[in-house]
Formats: sequence, C-alpha cells, structure tokens
Amino acid sequence: MKDVTQVNKPAKRLNGEAGHHSLKIKKTTWLSMPYLLWMAGFIILPLILIVYYGITTEDGAATIKNLLLISDPINRRALLLALELSLISTIICLLLAYPLALILNKIKMKSNSFIVMIIILPMWMNFLLRTIAWQNILERTGVLNKLLSFLGIGPLNIINTPGAIILGMVYNFLPFMVLPIYNVLIKIDRDIINAARDLGANSMQTFIKIILPLSLPGIISGITMVFVPALTTFVISTILGGSKIVLIGNVIEQQFRLGNRNEGSGLSLVLMIFILISMAIVSKYDKESEGSSIW
Amino acid sequence: MTNNKLINLMNISKSYGDTVVLDEMNLYIRENEFLTLLGPSGCGKTTTLRIIGGFETPDKGQVIFEGKDITKLPPNERQVNTVFQKYALFNHMTIAENIAFGLKIKKKSKAYINDKIKYALKLVNLEGFENRMPDSLSGGQQQRIAIARAIVNEPKVLLLDEPLGALDLKLRQDMQYELIRLKNELGITFIYVTHDQEEALTMSDTIVVMNQGYIQQIGTPEDIYNEPTNAFVADFIGDSNIIPATMVEDRLVNILGTNFPCVDTGFGRNKPVDVVIRPEDIDLVKPEEGTIQGVVTSLLFKGVHYEMDVMANGYEWLVHSTDLVPVGNAVGIKVDPFDIQIMNKPESEDEEAVIIEE
Amino acid sequence: MVKRLFERFYVAIILLFLYAPILILIVLSFNSSKSRSKWGGFTLHWYQELFKNEEIMNALYTTLIIALLSALIATIIGTAAAIAINGMKKTPRTILMAITNIPMLNADIVTGISLMLVFIAMRFALGFVSVLIAHITFNIPYVILSVMPKLKQLNPHTFEAALDLGASPSYAFFKVILPDIFPGVISGFFLAFTMSLDDFVITHFTKAPGINTLSTKIYTEVRKGIKPEIYALSTLMFITVLLLLIFINRRSADKKPAVKRPGSNPGMADKRI
Repeated sequence: MKDVTQVNKPAKRLNGEAGHHSLKIKKTTWLSMPYLLWMAGFIILPLILIVYYGITTEDGAATIKNLLLISDPINRRALLLALELSLISTIICLLLAYPLALILNKIKMKSNSFIVMIIILPMWMNFLLRTIAWQNILERTGVLNKLLSFLGIGPLNIINTPGAIILGMVYNFLPFMVLPIYNVLIKIDRDIINAARDLGANSMQTFIKIILPLSLPGIISGITMVFVPALTTFVISTILGGSKIVLIGNVIEQQFRLGNRNEGSGLSLVLMIFILISMAIVSKYDKESEGSSIW
Repeated sequence: MTNNKLINLMNISKSYGDTVVLDEMNLYIRENEFLTLLGPSGCGKTTTLRIIGGFETPDKGQVIFEGKDITKLPPNERQVNTVFQKYALFNHMTIAENIAFGLKIKKKSKAYINDKIKYALKLVNLEGFENRMPDSLSGGQQQRIAIARAIVNEPKVLLLDEPLGALDLKLRQDMQYELIRLKNELGITFIYVTHDQEEALTMSDTIVVMNQGYIQQIGTPEDIYNEPTNAFVADFIGDSNIIPATMVEDRLVNILGTNFPCVDTGFGRNKPVDVVIRPEDIDLVKPEEGTIQGVVTSLLFKGVHYEMDVMANGYEWLVHSTDLVPVGNAVGIKVDPFDIQIMNKPESEDEEAVIIEE
Repeated sequence: MVKRLFERFYVAIILLFLYAPILILIVLSFNSSKSRSKWGGFTLHWYQELFKNEEIMNALYTTLIIALLSALIATIIGTAAAIAINGMKKTPRTILMAITNIPMLNADIVTGISLMLVFIAMRFALGFVSVLIAHITFNIPYVILSVMPKLKQLNPHTFEAALDLGASPSYAFFKVILPDIFPGVISGFFLAFTMSLDDFVITHFTKAPGINTLSTKIYTEVRKGIKPEIYALSTLMFITVLLLLIFINRRSADKKPAVKRPGSNPGMADKRI
C-alpha cells in the first residue's frame, strides 16, 4: 500500500501541472474577449450589412439591381478609369520605390529609424493639405508653370487631368511602397549576397536571382498597400481632378451623400470583389515565384 | 600536402575606423593543406578569410593566388568558394537549385549539373534531398548543403568560416570527421576559421594562432600544443600553468624559488622568462620525492582524470592526474625536464594581452 | 563614383518630390496675401488669427481627443488581444489574425461606409462617439501587429520563472511580460495615434454634420478655398513632430554605437582598451 501511494504521488503532481497549464491558457484567452466582441460588432457585422444592403431594395426585397448599377456607362467608365489610373500609379510607385529602397539599404545611414523617419515624416502633414499643395504647384499660375515659363517652356495644363490624379496617387502612396521593400531588403543577410558572389554570380545575376526574389514579399505588400487605396480614392480625384474626372470612389461617395444606401452598398460590393480579385492575382504570383519559375 | 605556395598574403593590413583588425600580416597557404586560423573573437581571423574570399579589400598589401595578384578581383572571379558561418543558403530555392547555382552561372549542361548534384549530395550523405527547401532541414543538414553547394564548383580552395559553430557538441564532433574525410576525398586546400582549439587540433595540418590582428604562432597541432611560443598561445590552447620564472643558465630554470632542470638552451643567464607546464605533465608524488612540496586545495572528478589544485611555493598548480589525492593532503610535485616549456617574455604590450573570451 | 553621385541625386529628387508640397504649405502660412497663388509679403498674422478661430480650434481639439482616446483604448484592447492570440492554438490564431487584417487591407471607403451602415441600422446617432468607435476599430490592428512580434521574441520561460519565484500571474505579467513587450505597445500606440490623426475617409462617413476633425474641416473648404490659418496650424503641427522625432532619434542614437562595423568582430573595440 505504501508503495502505491508513493508511486501515485508524482503522477498526481503531473496532473496538477497539466491542470495548471490549461488554467494558464484560459487565463489569457479571456483577454481576447473585448476584442472578439469588438470584431463581431465593428468588423464582421459591418461587412454583413454591406452585403445585405447591396443585394436588397429599400423595402428589404432581394435584388441584384444594385450590383448591376456598375454596368451603367458612367459607373463603368468610373471603375475602368480608377483601375487604369491606380494600376499606372502602382507601377510608377514600384519603379520609383525599388531603386530608392536599394540605395537607402546601401547607404545605411546612422540608423534604420532615421531612414524610416524621413520617408514617414511627410505623412505628418495632413494628407488633404499636401494634396491641396499640389494644386498650388500644378495649376496654370502655379509654381511649376512659373518655373517652366522661366525656362521658356509654355504653361502646361496638368491640373484637372488624369495625369494630375496619377501624380497625386504616386505622391500619397509612394511611402507605402518604399517601406515594405526597404524592410525586406535590410533583412537580407549580407552573407546571402556574398554567397551568390562567391558562387560566381556577378552583381546583375545576384540581383536577379537572389535579391529580387527575396524581396518579392515586400513588393507584394507594397503593391497591395498602394493599389487598394489608389483604386478606391475619391479625395485625390476631387482635389486634383476637378469635377470632370469621376472615379468609382467618387460615384460611391456620391450615392451615400444622396442617401442611396442600397445603391452605394451594391457598388461597394463590386469594388470589394475587384479588390479581392486583384489581391488573389498578386498573391498567386507570389506563390508561383517562390518555386523555380524565376530561373 | 605539397610545398607549393597556393595563396600568399603579403603585408595585409585592414582597419575599420580606428580599429586595426590586421596589421602587416604575412601568411602563405600551401596546396592541399588543411590550415586553421585560430583565435578569440576579434583577432582578425574572419577578416583574413573574407579578404581571401574577396568580400573585403585590404587597406594595404597583396593577395597572391597561384602567382597572380588577385587583391582587387571580385569574389565571383576567384577560384575559391566559401562555406558561411550561418550557411547562407538561398531559402527561396530548393536544395538542388542551391547546389546548381554556381554551375548554372557557369552555363554547364543540364546533364552535368544533375550529375554534380547527385555526386555532391552523396558526398555529404544527403541523397534524395534534391527537392527539399532549406528551412525544412536541420542545422547540421543545412551545413552539409552549404558545403555541397561550394564544392560542386571544384574550387582550388574551400574557405570555412566557423562552419560548426551553430551545431551541438555531438554533431560538431561528427562533422569534424566528415570534414577530414571530405578534404581527403577532394584533395583541395581547406582554410578553416574557428575559435575552438579542440576543433583546430583535431583537423588541421597547420594551425595559425592569431590575436589582436597579429599572428602569434604558426605550426602543426603538436607544435602549437607542446611548444607554444608565448603565454597567449599556451593559455589559448588548453589548460596550462603559465608561471613567471628566471632562466638561471642553459638547461636550468628557477621556478618560484626552486631550480628545475629543463632542456632549453640559448635564453642567456638570469633572464626572466615564462614557463608553461601542461597540467597532465605534472606528476604528484610523495612529498619527500617531489622537487617542491604543496597541499591539495581542491579536487574535481572529470571523467578520464581528476583535476586538482595544488598550492606550492605560493602558486596554485593545476594538475590532471588519474590518481586521487584527497584535499588537504601534502604532495610532492615533479616535472620531467622536457615537459617544461620555456618562453620569452612578451616584448610588446600587444603580445601580452591574454584576455580570452572563450 | 559616378554611380554614387547618381544615387545621391536620385534620393535627393525623391525627397524633393516628397517634401515640396510641405514647403509650399509652410511658405503659404507666412503669406500675407489671402490668395494662395500670389506672394504678398511675410506675415505672422495667420498664426495670431489661428488661435482666435474657434472653428479650427474646435476641430483641432476634436482631432486630438479622438486620436488620444482611440489610440489609448485600441492599445489596451489590442495588447490584451495580442497576448491572448499569441497563446492560442494555430487554427484560432490564424483565423483571428486574418480577421485582424481585414481593416488594414480593406479600402478605407468600404470600412467607413460599412461602419456607417452599422450605426444607422442600430439607430445609433452619428457624432463624436461613432467617430471614436470607428477610429478604435481601425486602430486595434495596428496595435496588435506592433505587439505581436515582441510577444514572439519573448522567452516563454521568463513568465514561468517569475511564477516559480513566487510571483502571482498578474504580478508576473506587469513585472516581467509587460516591460519586455513595452516597446511594441508604445510603437503601437503612436502608430494608432498617427493613423487616427491623419484619417479622413472613415471619419467622413461616420461623422454627423455638426462635428469636424481637422481633416473633415479641410475637406469642406477644398472648394471654397482653404483658410490660411489652417496652413499655420499644420506648419506648427509638422514642426512639433519634426522636433519630437529628432529628439527621439538623437536619444536612441546615443544609446547605440554609431557605426556598425562589417565582418564578425564584435567586442573587439572594448578588448583593445
């Protein structure tokens, strides 16, 4: 009998420990309760509502009329223009940001935080104001045209053109392309690049076969961080595009301003579908390139 | 090992900012040699390796490879390959792609590349790993892949930068044998960087002991162990008793007030020197039979031997012995003349520094 | 050498592009002419006017209060959530993190609209509180994503060690865990604060006509022309942040060694002494 109790003791201890462990997990799980409630009420529910309003009439009857609004010529043109401008802006951002990130990574000023700081700092000036400042620069009597006429180049019509909107998008979203790429680049171990050089790759081959594929996650997140806000903006087009250029964001904003909840939701749903499709395309490319296709 | 000088480092100096890492270093490496650069961190051994690999350019001096000056040659044009400290595998490529990297750049045929991959994986005992990704491998396996990736390029020299540093003890010991086997099978030169004296003693043909940017001693493992040229080398290579002493005359040294016969000559008369006596070379005998007498102050069982501290003539002697002498017992200390290694006192401040991290 | 020069030039051009509008705004804040396309001479008039302008001061007050409150509440909820999520098994963790990412990846316009729909459906009057809730909602993910990496770095045994030494779980949390993840919590807070300060779109959809943040105030003035006082205010805010960041950067730079040497010789500098 005595032996049995002695054998049992450590077993009990073990049980006690296991019990304590599950207790610990429970103890932290309740910490997520406020957030879970918050998510349910303000992330999940809103999305359900937008779907609900998008596929019903004002009386609550099911309809696809709101979704089909996108085929209306004005709306369709707004969506296509938004897609076109945001795509161009994203490409320009990428082309500008990648070399910049490479150079910044090479310079490696005193500290990383300093580089991040000078890229983020402009964002501390209200983005509406910064965009309005571009009005000043671009308008017919603006700074740029004064400079150009000083150089003998006639005044250019830039403001209120799609070009001005692209410029506004590139300006506003460029940091969102630079930072993720830069953050990936600084994490690439110096010895990985040395290893490629050691194995005979020249600097161009090292870039194409090592640096570019390794920085792909940064490029991907940069693309989504630029493309989505550019596609859906209505502020930049309002400030730099005048009243003539209408993007899908403007259309949706106007619907809600006019109180057309269901129509606005329907168009938002369509927009969300486009966002999801573009993200799926981008992430699919990401997965493919992880394999051997780069070779 | 032949006597051809494959690599010759001439008057190499390198500083980072105010810190001198290498100062006027001269070293040659022979064909088919297993040469180890050994020293504490910060001694300049890795910098030396990186200068040979082409990742650093010396401020002064030349790197001669097979008679040609390659000091300014970029790494991709050198006939050496490196196994990096943390492996530096390309995580976005499969094992096969990693190994094929250098061969594809040299535009080798597909059949040749496939043969080479198979051969290299077999050589490092990882057959069938072609399609795995590097991060699915253990540290030891990644290490082998890093070696395979380097050797398929048939380098004349393989540079290894503390390649076993991240592995656990057992694996490290296994890999030491693997590396010796590889070196013999490939018949090429290995330059190996480590701070682990045991690794250096086990594998090397030649050991270069470095400290603070200077070469302290070059020699075979036996030379380095048995005849360290100064206190730094003696202390860095294994436990030892390093005792200030006076060379009375040829073949007689005064250690802590007692004369010991030794075998060294040519130090002059009444010259201050350091003596090194390895703990396993001290014989503990009955007090009356010893050259000097002392008392055991501590005792540790170390498996193959006992480690004892013996207080004698005001110095605590470290002794390794298979015989147990309990603490508090009086003992006599006896040392054979040829086990007493006499060293000149260091002349410069730099040489004297015997601060060792490991 | 040429390459280096070109690289510096390229960085300079991009920085000019990023900072040109800010320079314009700062210049305009000192322009005595009310028209923004004419320079009428230097003045500090708008800086004086600014503090008398009740509408702008109210908007500033609302902006700061909402930024502060939303960042604070989001930091508390987010940090707690991050700790809980970090301790969860893989599947619930993945699901929660995916949901957490929604407000960050989704378009602001959709987030704003959908929140507005919730408030209207629940017959919740739009106003200060609805804007605050909206800001908390898009701020929480930033906090979670800032705290999460710090939690991952945390040695799980430190908490157990504290318990082993007799600390109660809550004592161990505040004395051991929190100090370790504190940098992440702080950066999450500042990130949230910044995001709230700069937001326009979501505020635009969740506010009522009577209430304005600086962003919405500026937006209403886009067509009729911006009041120069706003330029003055944003110049002040920008300069404040600039000085603050320089100060912080100086301090953190002092703590770290200024130059990192390549190669693997850490600790060498101290050894030579």
